[in-house]
Amino acid sequence: MQKTQAATIALSAALAVFGLSGCGGSGEPAGATPTSHPSASAVAQKLTVRDPWVKAGRAGEMTAAFGVLVNDTDADITVAGAQSPASPLELHEMAMKDGKMVMRPKEGGFVIKARGTHELGPGGDHLMLMKPAEAIEAGDEVAFTLTLADGTTVPFTAIAKPFAGAGESYDPGMHMPASGMPGTAK
Amino acid sequence: MTTRRRLLAGGAVAGAGAVAAAVVAGGPDRAVPAAATPPDDTGTATVPFHGPRQSGITDEPPAHAAFVAFTLAAGTDRRALGRMLRLLSDDAARLTRGVPALGDTDATLAVLPARLTVTFGFGPGLYTSAGLPAPVADLPRFAIDRLERRWSGGDLLLQICADDPLTVAHTQRMLIKDARPFAAVRWVQQGFRRSPGVQAPGHTQRNVLGQLDGTANPRGAELEGAVWNADGSSTLVVRRIRAEIEKWDLLAVADKESATGRRLATGAPLSGQDEHDEPDFAALDPSGLPAMPDFSHVTRAHVTDPALKILRRPYNYDGVPDAGGRPDAGLIFAAYQRDLVRQFLPIQRRLAEKDLLNEWITPIGSAVFAVPPGCAEGGWIGEQVLA
Repeated sequence: MQKTQAATIALSAALAVFGLSGCGGSGEPAGATPTSHPSASAVAQKLTVRDPWVKAGRAGEMTAAFGVLVNDTDADITVAGAQSPASPLELHEMAMKDGKMVMRPKEGGFVIKARGTHELGPGGDHLMLMKPAEAIEAGDEVAFTLTLADGTTVPFTAIAKPFAGAGESYDPGMHMPASGMPGTAK
Repeated sequence: MTTRRRLLAGGAVAGAGAVAAAVVAGGPDRAVPAAATPPDDTGTATVPFHGPRQSGITDEPPAHAAFVAFTLAAGTDRRALGRMLRLLSDDAARLTRGVPALGDTDATLAVLPARLTVTFGFGPGLYTSAGLPAPVADLPRFAIDRLERRWSGGDLLLQICADDPLTVAHTQRMLIKDARPFAAVRWVQQGFRRSPGVQAPGHTQRNVLGQLDGTANPRGAELEGAVWNADGSSTLVVRRIRAEIEKWDLLAVADKESATGRRLATGAPLSGQDEHDEPDFAALDPSGLPAMPDFSHVTRAHVTDPALKILRRPYNYDGVPDAGGRPDAGLIFAAYQRDLVRQFLPIQRRLAEKDLLNEWITPIGSAVFAVPPGCAEGGWIGEQVLA
């Protein structure tokens, strides 16, 4: 929860924008119109993040955040960067290299087509947490901010889930470990 | 020879009929044509997860259930419990709507909720881990108990119910995965009732001994005072009761009926005509003896004050018989009541002391749970206790 406290302002903004709270998202059915998100914020919502979550992991070990980027406007939107108080971040994609799927930084950022959606998911594009300062524990809420190409920012909060997959190998040879191993029963 | 040929010919006709039926049914996941049956929303029906009270209690029990009990890992303190319950509540909120959980690796299994409910119960150990006084305590030992550790106790219970067993299986898997950093699976009891559409809603469940089970449940307005505390909380007792069916088989119908105090076919008390007739303990049979024997299950369990009734919501279990064909079957007895000590314990004490039915049933598991209130959208189960 320290991460959350460290980013109180960003988190509050995220709560206001997305109506998120303890449960980490409202979870509309796939294909539901993203307009159902309340956008009470003064910041015109060019882009929203639906169903965000982050893979729980240990301090110092790479992990990733996922969700669906929803473009409610009539123009393409480019996500140029992302920040989080929890870790340095990179925008990543999965690509074939030497006959093997590897992840690598996404050149030019994520482009979300006008009125379109762009899924960030295990095995696909994702936000890479390069080196979390502290463990991200299952159920933690982690604050993120996306920076769009025009400089506007989009804050959101993702809940941490134990997840065994998404253990893709990073091009420079790094590796994401599985999370959510059983604890010691008392 | 003629007879035999005729039989073979009959078999061939039946076979052809089966093939035709299979062709009509079509490919995987295709519904039966609407012309053949009335429209059926069994797969898509939902029960709201959010609200001041948890679901899966006073709503009509779906056909399938998994009761999953967990033992908290050492170090799962109050804060960690909050993290766990946020995750599990979020999963439940999504899955009960037919929406995959976040990070659901089998999202296709989430789309047919079939009246899915997930009900949370907190065992005494959860309160200990949180550093809080527990509102429930384990039941005292009863002389009839033959409790096995593998079916008893638990710090956290998830009661997962749906009208489809695949939906229950997927939900169970998803919730166990998300609970794993915090808790180990202690026991799982899977059970069933009649399938949807087989009997009208509101019918009384039959158990594996053929008895109607739940006739005396509180109904309608009675549920309010019997089940719910003002804050939306309740309590739950889960007992695994093995049915000694081989012994039960030895009885004639009349003996079975006097053990329970009800007619097997109708469920009517031996003093009455219809299932819901109030038992008359003063009525005499033609021989001058009480129509309701004082050792019968109904006589012993009977409660007059509606506020002291318990809501039984049982599921049958039927495991694998042994090599000798002896069944492993019985009842997952689940009872909800406002106050365990005031409502459940007196009934259980009377039954343990004298109930002829005890000859044919054996309690082999027992667990008690506080049932916290429900939560609003965006909230989580347990927030009133742990936040």
